[in-house]
Amino acid sequence: MNLTAAAPAITAAFLGSLVEAVEALTIVLAVATVRGWRPASLGAAAGLALLALVVLIFGPLLDRVPLHLLQLTIGVLLLLFGMRWLRKAILRAAGMIPLHDEAQAFAGGTSTLREQARRHEARLEWLATMTSFKAVVLEGLEVVFIVIAVGAGHGLLVPAGLGALAACLLVVAVGFAVHRPLTRVPENTLKFAVGVMLSAFGVFWTGEGLGVPWPGEDLAIVGLAALFLFVALVGVALTRGTEEALS
Amino acid sequence: MSTLMALLRDVAGLFVDDGSLALAILGVVVIAAIVAALVPTMPLIAGATLLLGCVGVLLANVMRARRS
Repeated sequence: MNLTAAAPAITAAFLGSLVEAVEALTIVLAVATVRGWRPASLGAAAGLALLALVVLIFGPLLDRVPLHLLQLTIGVLLLLFGMRWLRKAILRAAGMIPLHDEAQAFAGGTSTLREQARRHEARLEWLATMTSFKAVVLEGLEVVFIVIAVGAGHGLLVPAGLGALAACLLVVAVGFAVHRPLTRVPENTLKFAVGVMLSAFGVFWTGEGLGVPWPGEDLAIVGLAALFLFVALVGVALTRGTEEALS
Repeated sequence: MSTLMALLRDVAGLFVDDGSLALAILGVVVIAAIVAALVPTMPLIAGATLLLGCVGVLLANVMRARRS
């Protein structure tokens, strides 16, 4: 295994999965607080089962897709996914949109469920289970996508998967130990870093798919990430500067 | 059925949030692909087009978001 290529893949998978696991855990804990652990754990388990099914069905198909097509498809999806994260992180860092607050998300989740309880008491068990299920599926799909995106191109699926698994286990262990959402995780900083790395991977894989021989081969990812970081910081400074000038 | 549709909408939302950003990124990829096809002997030009295009699209989108 080439450590130069593996390190960014493992780091991106770990950090990206950390953010997604925190978001999923917040919603599952909100469901558990309002309706108890039965619907929360049932929905989470069903979500994990669906994710496992998706990986088992589509995982082996990855080997059958021509490499250039796989690189191009993953690269474009990574660009869409990573630059969306980076855009939001820039706007949050510049103070243009509010920071993602897990405590607020937890409070919002519980109050929504309580409101639903007042209106649909009979269906609440189902709604609570579905809320937990949907959170695990959506955040889990992001984790699966990140692992495939950073690992599939150069046979790094296993190390990237282990990085993601470590992050999920860490969040679940800490979350269950403290029994409340992990509000002290610097989520926007993590999203900023992961957005930079995913955008760099996106440009790298899309380029590889188009037949671009990047100088330095895998090392080019580090250079691309440095450029995206620089541009993102410039974006924050420009946006923040203009905001301050306007106020 | 409506739950499934809502789930699919959310999955699509993972990749497309700001539609103009997504369209601009796809446009950059198409232009880079055209450059790669037109100048096959110098593929780095396509790489530079892709990289600078993505970086430019990101900055332009952030600045546009500020103005709106």
